[in-house]
Amino acid sequence: MIAESVVDLSRWQFAATSLYHFLFVPLTLGLSFILAIMESTYVMTGKEIYKDMTQFWGKLFGINFALGVTTGLTMEFEFGMNWSYFSHYVGDVFGAPLAIEGLMAFFLESTFVGLFFFGWDKLGKGQHLVITWLVALGSNLSALWILVANGWMQNPVGADFNYETMRMEITSFSSLLFNPAAQVKFVHTVAAGYTTASAFVLAISAYYMLKGRDAAFAQRSYTIAAGFGLAAILSVIVLGDESGYTDGEVQKVKLAAIEAEWHTEAPPAAFTAIGIPDQDTMETRYAVKIPWVLGLIGTRSIDEPITGLTEILEKNRLRVRNGIKAYALLHELRQGNRDEITLAEFDRYKTDLGYGLLLKRYTEAVVDATDQQIELAAKYSLPRVVPLFWTFRAMVACGFVMLAVFVFAVIASSIRRCRQTWLLKLSLYTLPLPWIACETGWFVAEFGRQPWTIAEVLPTFLSASSLTELDLYLSLAGYLGLYTLFLVIEMFLMLKFIKLGPSSLHKGRYHFEIATGATL
Amino acid sequence: MMFDYETLRLIWWALLGALLIGFAITGGFDLGVAILLPFLGKNDTERRVIINSIGATWEGNQVWFVTAGGALFAAWPMAYSVAFSGFYFALLLTLFALFMRPIGFDYRSKLPSQRWRSNWDRALFVGGFVPALIFGVAFGNLLQGVPFYFAEDMRIFYTGTFWALLNPFALLAGLISVSMLIMHGAVYLQLRTVDDINQRCKSMVSVFAILTLVLFAIAGVWVANIDGYQITSEVLPNAPSNPLTKLVAKGLGLWLANYANYPMLWAIPSLAFIAGTTTIVLSKVERPGLAFISSSLTLAAVILTAGVSMFPFLMPSSSVINSSLTVWDASSSMTTLKIMFWVTVVFLPIVIFYTSWVFRVLRGKITLEHIHNNDHSAY
Repeated sequence: MIAESVVDLSRWQFAATSLYHFLFVPLTLGLSFILAIMESTYVMTGKEIYKDMTQFWGKLFGINFALGVTTGLTMEFEFGMNWSYFSHYVGDVFGAPLAIEGLMAFFLESTFVGLFFFGWDKLGKGQHLVITWLVALGSNLSALWILVANGWMQNPVGADFNYETMRMEITSFSSLLFNPAAQVKFVHTVAAGYTTASAFVLAISAYYMLKGRDAAFAQRSYTIAAGFGLAAILSVIVLGDESGYTDGEVQKVKLAAIEAEWHTEAPPAAFTAIGIPDQDTMETRYAVKIPWVLGLIGTRSIDEPITGLTEILEKNRLRVRNGIKAYALLHELRQGNRDEITLAEFDRYKTDLGYGLLLKRYTEAVVDATDQQIELAAKYSLPRVVPLFWTFRAMVACGFVMLAVFVFAVIASSIRRCRQTWLLKLSLYTLPLPWIACETGWFVAEFGRQPWTIAEVLPTFLSASSLTELDLYLSLAGYLGLYTLFLVIEMFLMLKFIKLGPSSLHKGRYHFEIATGATL
Repeated sequence: MMFDYETLRLIWWALLGALLIGFAITGGFDLGVAILLPFLGKNDTERRVIINSIGATWEGNQVWFVTAGGALFAAWPMAYSVAFSGFYFALLLTLFALFMRPIGFDYRSKLPSQRWRSNWDRALFVGGFVPALIFGVAFGNLLQGVPFYFAEDMRIFYTGTFWALLNPFALLAGLISVSMLIMHGAVYLQLRTVDDINQRCKSMVSVFAILTLVLFAIAGVWVANIDGYQITSEVLPNAPSNPLTKLVAKGLGLWLANYANYPMLWAIPSLAFIAGTTTIVLSKVERPGLAFISSSLTLAAVILTAGVSMFPFLMPSSSVINSSLTVWDASSSMTTLKIMFWVTVVFLPIVIFYTSWVFRVLRGKITLEHIHNNDHSAY
C-alpha cells in the first residue's frame, strides 16, 4: 500500500496542473474558430480590417497557445510519472485515444499553427484561410480524443479485465469512441471553449469602445463575438452535460451528489436550487426546491426516478461483498487454478472487482474483510457532496449570467446600438465568468468521479505511483514555482498587447499610430 | 490483412523506433539549433535569424516526441509506466526544460528589452540542451538495466535514485546524444542561413560530427564490456503480456549477441560512421541539403544500433532480472496493437505529406534583412 499522503499529494499535483492547463485550453478551442470566422469574412469581403482583426486576435491567440502547449505536455508525462499503476492497469485502453490524439490532431494543429503566423506572405488568401481552419479543426479534434479518454474514465465501456495480464483491455473500439459520456462531454467542453473565447473578444472589444478608440475594429470584433458567443452559450446550456448523467453508474452517483439527492423521490424529482447539504446526516437543510425540474433534466421523463444516494449506498454494500468474491477468485486464477468453474465464477463477479479493491484502503486481506470494513468501503464509494453541490451551482450561475450578456450583446449589435456604456461595462466585467465556469465544471466532472480514477474499476488511491512524499513535495514545488512565473509573464504580455490593441500590428492606421505617430 | 500477435509486436517495436527516429530527425535539429543559439548568434539580429530558421516549424516537430510518448503508452503501457515513474526526476527535468520552448519562441521577441531577450536565449538553450542530454542518458541506463520489480498485483517498484542515473556510461550516451543533435542542428542551420552564421555552422558540423563518431566508437567498445541480457527460457511471442513468466540471464558482452548471430546487422553501426563522415564532406562542399539527409541517416543509425543490440529487451531490470520488459511480454493486447497499427498506417503518411508541404512553403534562407523587414511579426 502506498501512503495516503503520497496519494493526496499526487492528486493535488494532478488537479493543480490540469486546472492550470485548462486556463488556456478553452480559449484556444474557441479563439481558433473566431480567427477562422474573421479570416473567412476577410476572404469573402476583401476588407483589410478583417485581416487586421485576424492578425491582432491571432497575436493574443499565440500568447495563450504557447502556455497551452507548455502545460499540456505535463499531462502526458504525469500519467506515467505519478499514476503508473493507472497507466499499467488501463494503458491498453486509455493510451490509444491519447496516441491517436497526437497522430490525428496535435500534429495537424501544431504543424499549421506556424504557417498561420508566418505564412501570410507565402500563401494565397484562400490557402491561408484553409490553414486557419485546419488549426481550428486540429485543436478541436485534440479535444475530441482527450475527452474520449476522459469519457472512458467516467463510463468505462468497451473494455474487459484480463486476469492474465492484470489489466483492462479493449474489447470494442467503437464503444470507446461512441461512448455517450465522451460524446456529451466533447460537445459540452468545446462549446464552453467557444463561449470563453467569445466572452474574451467581447470584453476586450468593449474595453476599446469604452476608451473611445479603434471603433470600427472593436465594433466588428464585438459583433462577431456576440453572435458566436450566443450560439455557444446556448449549446453549453441546452446540449449541456446533463444527458450524460444517465449513462454509467458513476455518472448517476455524480448527479445525485451534485443535487444532494439523498433519497430517491417519487418521480419527477424536485431540483434543490440552494440549501446546506450535510453528508453525515444525509439531508439538506434550508433546501429551496423547484418541483419537477431535476426529474425532467435528469431523465427527460416524468415517470423515471432519480436514484438517491441512500439507495446507491445500499446497492454498493452488496457490490463490495461481490467484489470480495471477485478478488478471491482472481487470486486463485493468478495462482494457476484455471478450471472452468473458477473462470465462470470470476466472469460472473468481475464487474464488481473494483468495489473489492476499495477495501484495500482498510485492509490488505480483502478476502477477510469485516462487516465494519465493508461498511466503510461502501460509504467511501460515494463522492463528497458539499464541494460538488456548490461548484456545480457556481458553474450554472456563471452560465446563465453569460447567456443574458450575450443576448443583450446580440440584440444591441443587430440594431447597431452596442456602444452603450452600461452594456460595454457589463461585457467587460463578464470576462472572468467563463474561466470560473470552466474550472468549476472540470472540478464537478473529475471530483464527482471520486473515489475512482476509472469509474467502478480502479480506485484513485491504488492508481498512484510508488513515490515518496519528498518526491512529490519537490515536483509540486517545481510546478508551482514555474507555473506562477509563467502566469505572471503571460498576463503581463497579454495586458500589454491588449492595451496596444491593433496598433501592435504596425499597420499605421490604429489608435496610438494616428494620434501620436508613435511606434512600439 | 491479418497479423498474428508476434508480428504486431515486432511492427510496434519498429514503429516506436520510427517515431523516435522521426523525433530525432525533426525535433532533433530544433534541439541542436537551440543549443547553438547563444554561441552562433553574436548579436540580437543574428540570434533572431537562428530562432526564425526553426520558429515556424519546431512546434510540429515536437509532436513526434509527443506522439512517441503516446504510442509508448498505447502500445507498451508497462514500459511507459516503469520508465516514467522510475525516471521521475530525470523526466521532471526534461519536462521543465521543454517548458522553455513554446514560451521562449513566442515571447522572446515580443518585447525589445535586451535583458528580456537574453534571458529567453538562456531558457531556449536549456530547453535544447537538457532534453538532448537526458534522452541519451536514458538510453545509456536502459542498456545497463534499471532497478525495478513488480509486486503480485503488478504494482511497479523502482529502487534506484536519480543520481544513480548519472553514471559514466550513461553520461557518455548523453554526450553522444547532445553531440549528434548539435551536428544535426548545425547542418540544418547551414541550410537556412547565409554569410557569417552559415560559415560558423560549417565548422560546428565538422567538430561535432567527429566528436559524435569518436564517442560512438568508445561506447561500442564499452558495451562489449558491460553486462547484457538474454532470455534463457522458451520465448512465447504470442502469449498474453506478463513479464513475470520468463527467465533471463545477465552476462558480459551479451548486447553484441544479436550482431554475432546476424552479421548483416553490422551494417547499421557502419552506416553511422559512413553517414557521419559523409555529412562532414557534404557540409564542407556547401551541399547542406544532402548533408542534412546524411546527418539524418547518422542519427537513425546510432539510435537503431542501440535498439537492435537490446532486442528483444525494452527495459531490462537490473535488480530482479526475470521481470525485465521485452517485446514479447510488455505490449498492449493484440486488439489494441491492431487498432493502433491501422490508425498509424492511415495517419502517419498524411502527417508526413503535410509536414513536407509546410517545410516546402517555408523553405529558403533566413537573412538579416528578413528580420529587419519583419521586425514586428518575426520571432
